[in-house]
Amino acid sequence: MTIARTRRSTAERALPKGRYIPRRRRTIWPYAYAAPALVALCLVFGYSFVEVVRYSLYSGSLGSLTYVGFSNYSALFTDPVFIQSLFDNLKLLVTVPVVTVLALIVALVINSGVRGWRLYRVLIFFPYVLPAVAIGLAFSYILQGGGVFNTLAQDAHLNFLVHDWLGSPKWVIFSIGGVIVWQQLGFGVVVFTAALLAVPAELVEAAQIDGARWWTVQWKIMIPHIRRIIQFFVILEAITALSSVFTYVYILTGGGPAYSSSVIEFYIYQYGFEDGAIGIASAAAVFLLAMSSVFIALYLWVRTRSAREEQS
Amino acid sequence: MTILRSASRQALLIVLAIVSLYPMWFIITTALKTPTGYALDPTGLPHHLTFSNFSAIFSQWPFLTWIRNSLVATLASVVVATVISIMAAFAIVFGTARARETFFRTNIALMAIPPVALLTPMYTLMVELHLINQLPAVIIFYCGLLVPFSIFFFVNFFRQIPYELVEAAYIDGARPSRVMLRVIMPISGASTFTLVIVNAIFVWNELLIALVFLQNNNSRTLMAGIALYQGRYITNEPLIMAAAFLSLLPLLVLYVLGQRFFVRGMTAGMGR
Repeated sequence: MTIARTRRSTAERALPKGRYIPRRRRTIWPYAYAAPALVALCLVFGYSFVEVVRYSLYSGSLGSLTYVGFSNYSALFTDPVFIQSLFDNLKLLVTVPVVTVLALIVALVINSGVRGWRLYRVLIFFPYVLPAVAIGLAFSYILQGGGVFNTLAQDAHLNFLVHDWLGSPKWVIFSIGGVIVWQQLGFGVVVFTAALLAVPAELVEAAQIDGARWWTVQWKIMIPHIRRIIQFFVILEAITALSSVFTYVYILTGGGPAYSSSVIEFYIYQYGFEDGAIGIASAAAVFLLAMSSVFIALYLWVRTRSAREEQS
Repeated sequence: MTILRSASRQALLIVLAIVSLYPMWFIITTALKTPTGYALDPTGLPHHLTFSNFSAIFSQWPFLTWIRNSLVATLASVVVATVISIMAAFAIVFGTARARETFFRTNIALMAIPPVALLTPMYTLMVELHLINQLPAVIIFYCGLLVPFSIFFFVNFFRQIPYELVEAAYIDGARPSRVMLRVIMPISGASTFTLVIVNAIFVWNELLIALVFLQNNNSRTLMAGIALYQGRYITNEPLIMAAAFLSLLPLLVLYVLGQRFFVRGMTAGMGR
């Protein structure tokens, strides 16, 4: 072990800065190889970032744009539909702790040994693969007024579960959130079981010899051991709740009734492409970018921390 | 006691599996019913099996055109994105460029950018290029969106390849292109396949961009077409469910054949 480590470190010292193909001191091939990807990224991301900020300062439709300064932004925050959309996104963030806790419990149960767990894991992961359009359509029938869900709830005498799930402004965001939880759960279970499998068995055995109970073992050993993965998962799920729920909203409710289930993505779609108000839609897009950059910064931070831990 | 505990664990997982699969079951059984059959008994098995919904979709909707469009968009964007990402990842891992760490970190940040935020500028660009209602518009956009995750995926994979392999090829005087094609790619088959699947699922399932960029009926992708026709046929649940079933059929088949690729690829964003 010691010998191997010493040898590796000498090798690293001999090669300046990691592994590479030391053809000539200054080679251009890496730039040439990265160029096509760089062009694609500059076009789709770079160009768009600049342009979306520029459009957010203009009003009117394509071809007849007039500069209006920051008034699109103030218009945004006096628009009740935008405020509603923002709050709906924030409400959907509640799905993050729900999915995380549920997935963690299921993963811990699977990890403590259940016959046939591989098959269960495959079945539970399946919804994560399915197209949101197909899922949305199925749930739009299952959840409608006289649909399967209400019928089953009634038959089981669970009347508190009987609601107009897609037609009432009060319940509609719960329906969308529920579908998101349903689809994301399997993803969490797979991520967490994979992480739990890597926890050294000696740790658990030692605790069990000391007479620790099941819950104590999970709480004191398993969960702390996979906390980085949990952090990654929470951040990714938050980004999902913020920026990839358009399809569910579009299919399940069309943002309705009366915009009560609109989210920022839907708002941008509605204003930019149904109503042709490019400026307002771009201002909302800039706002969404600002919000997601908080989570991106968090992701990079957790990533750096976990890389440092791996090295030490 | 232990028997009881393991039984309750089994029960929990069985319930979860049923909940996970129920919508799929609902789609299949409904697709095989007639509209009146569905109205009379929405939950049960079909009393009279019928395939008329499937034939109606192909005869009344431009369904084959949509499938073709989806296939073209998926194939083109996934192939281009995968190839250019492999090259870029190879340069990041085995190249000496100073900027490679900055490039990689920027790339990771781009993975989480909401596509909807890029929608207005890309739309106006495509209007200027006269590409609206044409597949290249979505192919260019999808391709750009796939690159960040693809580079991230390949960089993580390439970093696990023992450096000795590359070094040996280098000492033999091989050029970078030869190292990439003869040394790296032959051992990257499974990883490449995994990534292709993940990317293909993203493009096949995508709705928002397809909806905005392809507005004419014959240029639509499958998801956009179904999403728009649901309003027109809202009262014919079996017909819509038949369409939904056909749209997920390729994924179902692929998943049954190789779920480990799905699982590995779709959870690759965690960690590192």
